[in-house]
Amino acid sequence: MARKGVHVKIDELKSDFGLLKNFELSVGRVIEEKWTEPMGPTPFPSVIALRDWDMKLLQRYRPFYLPYCDVCCLCTFGKCDLTQDKRGACGLNMASQQSRIVLLACCIGAATHIAHGRHLVEHLIEKYGRNSPLDIGGLNIDIEAPVTRLVCGIKPEKLRDLEDVLDYCEEQVTRLLSSTHTGQEGSNLDFESKVFHAGMVDQVGMEVADIAQISVLGFPKADPEAPLADLGFGIADVSKPTILVIGHNVPSSVGIVDYLTEKGLAGKVEVVGICCTAHDITRYNSMAKIVGPISWQLRYIRSGLADLIVVDEQCIRADTLIEAQKVKTPVIASSEKNCLGLENRTETPPEKTIADLVENRVPGVLILDSDKVGEVAVETVIKVAPKRGKFKIIPEIEKIIEAAKECTECNECRRACPNDKPIPEAMKAAAKGDLNPLAEILESCVGCARCDSACPNDFPLHSFIVKAGEEKLWKEKFKMRVGRGAIQDVEIRNVGQPIVLGEIPGVIAIVGCSNYPQGGEEVAEIAEEFAKRRFIVVTSGCAAMSMAMVKDEEGKTLYEKYTGAFDAGGIVNVGSCVSNAHIAGAAIKIANIFAKRKLRANYEEIADYIHNRVGAVGLAWGAYSQKAAAIASGFWRLGVPVVVGPHGSKYRRMLLGRQDKPEDWYVLDARTGDKVYVGPAPEHLFTAAETKEEAIVLLAKLCMRPNDTSKGRAIKLTHYVDLHRRLFGSLPSDIHLFVRNNTDIPITMRDEVVKVLEEKGWQEQMIPDPTLLPRLVREKKG
Amino acid sequence: MSAKEESWQRAEIAGPKKALLILKPEVVGAMVKKAKRPILVVGHLAAEEYSKSVRMIDYAVRIGKATNMPVVATAHTVNEFIKEGFPATSMSAMDIGSRLADSEWKGLDGGGSYDLALFMGLPYYMEFVILSGLKHFSTNLKTISLDRFYNPHASWSFPNLSVKDWKENLETILAKLGEDRKDVNV
Repeated sequence: MARKGVHVKIDELKSDFGLLKNFELSVGRVIEEKWTEPMGPTPFPSVIALRDWDMKLLQRYRPFYLPYCDVCCLCTFGKCDLTQDKRGACGLNMASQQSRIVLLACCIGAATHIAHGRHLVEHLIEKYGRNSPLDIGGLNIDIEAPVTRLVCGIKPEKLRDLEDVLDYCEEQVTRLLSSTHTGQEGSNLDFESKVFHAGMVDQVGMEVADIAQISVLGFPKADPEAPLADLGFGIADVSKPTILVIGHNVPSSVGIVDYLTEKGLAGKVEVVGICCTAHDITRYNSMAKIVGPISWQLRYIRSGLADLIVVDEQCIRADTLIEAQKVKTPVIASSEKNCLGLENRTETPPEKTIADLVENRVPGVLILDSDKVGEVAVETVIKVAPKRGKFKIIPEIEKIIEAAKECTECNECRRACPNDKPIPEAMKAAAKGDLNPLAEILESCVGCARCDSACPNDFPLHSFIVKAGEEKLWKEKFKMRVGRGAIQDVEIRNVGQPIVLGEIPGVIAIVGCSNYPQGGEEVAEIAEEFAKRRFIVVTSGCAAMSMAMVKDEEGKTLYEKYTGAFDAGGIVNVGSCVSNAHIAGAAIKIANIFAKRKLRANYEEIADYIHNRVGAVGLAWGAYSQKAAAIASGFWRLGVPVVVGPHGSKYRRMLLGRQDKPEDWYVLDARTGDKVYVGPAPEHLFTAAETKEEAIVLLAKLCMRPNDTSKGRAIKLTHYVDLHRRLFGSLPSDIHLFVRNNTDIPITMRDEVVKVLEEKGWQEQMIPDPTLLPRLVREKKG
Repeated sequence: MSAKEESWQRAEIAGPKKALLILKPEVVGAMVKKAKRPILVVGHLAAEEYSKSVRMIDYAVRIGKATNMPVVATAHTVNEFIKEGFPATSMSAMDIGSRLADSEWKGLDGGGSYDLALFMGLPYYMEFVILSGLKHFSTNLKTISLDRFYNPHASWSFPNLSVKDWKENLETILAKLGEDRKDVNV
């Protein structure tokens, strides 16, 4: 593995050759080669190294731009009106501007994961040393960092090796970001290629972050039987002092748990978390519990349950300090990325900081040392909790009814609500003493509280909604399997063939945030639909939490009903946002371990393999963030389609295939070099579904790949047709595009499918050894 | 509610070019009649009840029958049209949006591109961005939002309306299209 920064200094050396004095040697990079696989074509690829591959995908999956704004206001020439075919003062048109904004979003997302990784690696090196080995699965995992190996062409073995990888990622993001400057890139398709590059680099950054923390902090190591953690609003014993951690970067939470353990206080303080920090602290220690996804922030804080809040980074409400002050809860900020205007107390003696927080002399502090965060948080919360008495600002029912009587039904709350919830009508009912409509709104409330800000009467409408739905909130007690991390090599060996041949009908990765159109239950419903059908369901982040928040008649959650193994019918929680790299890693390992494709710096070939053979699809039903955009773009470059929920249409650009353009759906037969029509499989690379029903049918369809055997295609078609018939009420009108020969037709549906084929004038097609890369053709024509 | 060019969702601001208000619904009927190749796109909210007596999909079916224009049902909405015995084409919102933005698309029947697309029943924000895509990238297409709320990226849109006013507008349009006018009860 490559490493940098070797420095040799010799003050004096006497030898037979003579005397050496004040000798100093610095070497920028030393290669210690242990990986015997020859270097592939694209190690540490530059911004344009994979441009040809990107353009192949973009010719098939054309951007459909959905401008959120008609103008550009990024430089002082502007605002420029870009409506229709107008160009701005810089010469940019609307298509390029939209792709530029997508690139900006993906750079933000990639930078966030990479900076997260950088902080973790630096922190862990400081605590555990640069030579700490990377171990994410013991003997069960030989390919410890498939994304890094594929992209960079190196085999990281120790924490120090990850520094070089991060150097590369940071450099690439800087270069990409520079191309968004006014007067740089002018082509929308080149912007799109750079979007893919940002996504690829993002996957590397995520992998670095997760393999570092798994290796050193003792998280589950690719364990299908990772333990079950408690999850839900009502899960903590809030009679105890309660620390709420929010964010994504776990060291400060580790500091808290470690301090509690060292001081023998483990049973005396509750540690609960929201968002990915909650994922990762439960991977670290079983004393921690999970409140819920990001949309649970305000409802928990305003309910006064947290006696102290520790925030780290990413997806934390910007008004956390303000909300915390309302309930007399002190805040500790623990990341340089999110200082909240607080005084830096990193070097202050902990006793003074604790006293200031307990006496409410300061509303919060910034501490950039995780051990010190642990000490200050624990000692403060023990003293603050009795003083606070769980002070809350959720109003009593009488207050809500009183306010509701003053509501003028001006509709401003509804017009501010992302999901257009009928809050005025619910207030009208509340005025008559019926709080059920308000309680119903909580079911699909994303917790943004824009209704509060919009109300001309300054009613805390979100708090009203929380109070109305409080009874159900307190009953939230679920089990979620904690993030297992990577997929074992042996699991890949077992499922590689059935996936590639299509006999396991697909891998459905349900990931992302909680900006759902109709609440999180839809995520659980979608996950169970596919687990029952023996797909492999993989999950992470807030989606992994949401799918835990439903119980069956026997009181069991999905995690208690389905195995955590990467196998047909499994529901596999890999972990937090950064664990998404393991999902890409699994697809890469199928190509490498099962199909024996070269891994080292061989991105194009592996992506071509995955795109044509591995029936994997991502679903980010509640995607909201720039990080989610970057994660999706990493999958696009690997040729893996991603579906988002309806709010995802605001990402401003889809990548859509056109099944009505047969010329788009040709591949090369690697055996002969012949061009072969394979149908629209997969049909899209990125699209937004309007309803869960649409998403379910679409996911089944997007699992089809040109390489499917007839048996595999018949299985996939069975699911697609069955779901379409159940949810759309009819046979799919495009079934003829996915049947290549008679043996593809599902036996149980033969008569009706054959009838459609006859109506459409269908003709049999051959099944090729598919590739989009001419260099992979074994026997060249002519 | 006032007849203003105000987006229903407050922050969904468009412009400089914004939808013209449909203040006389008869004009919509006239535009549909004048269009050479109109098309109606219906989202899943059309199957939900606006109030006890109103379903948007009923109007979609009546418009389809009165004009013979093709109807595209997005998401799983085709299921509802099947129940109504109406032959709608099933296509996702993004698919029909991208095809309408393509001036070379020959339409569902291969007969040529459409010159007028009417939208109803999509989530407000989703219709907002699709209409924006069409405003910017379609060359000969005009769009009309028939939802109850002002959607600024359309070529023409109703203002924000009460259910009763919205129903009356649609009845007026249908009358203009040759259907017998029905009384509006909400």
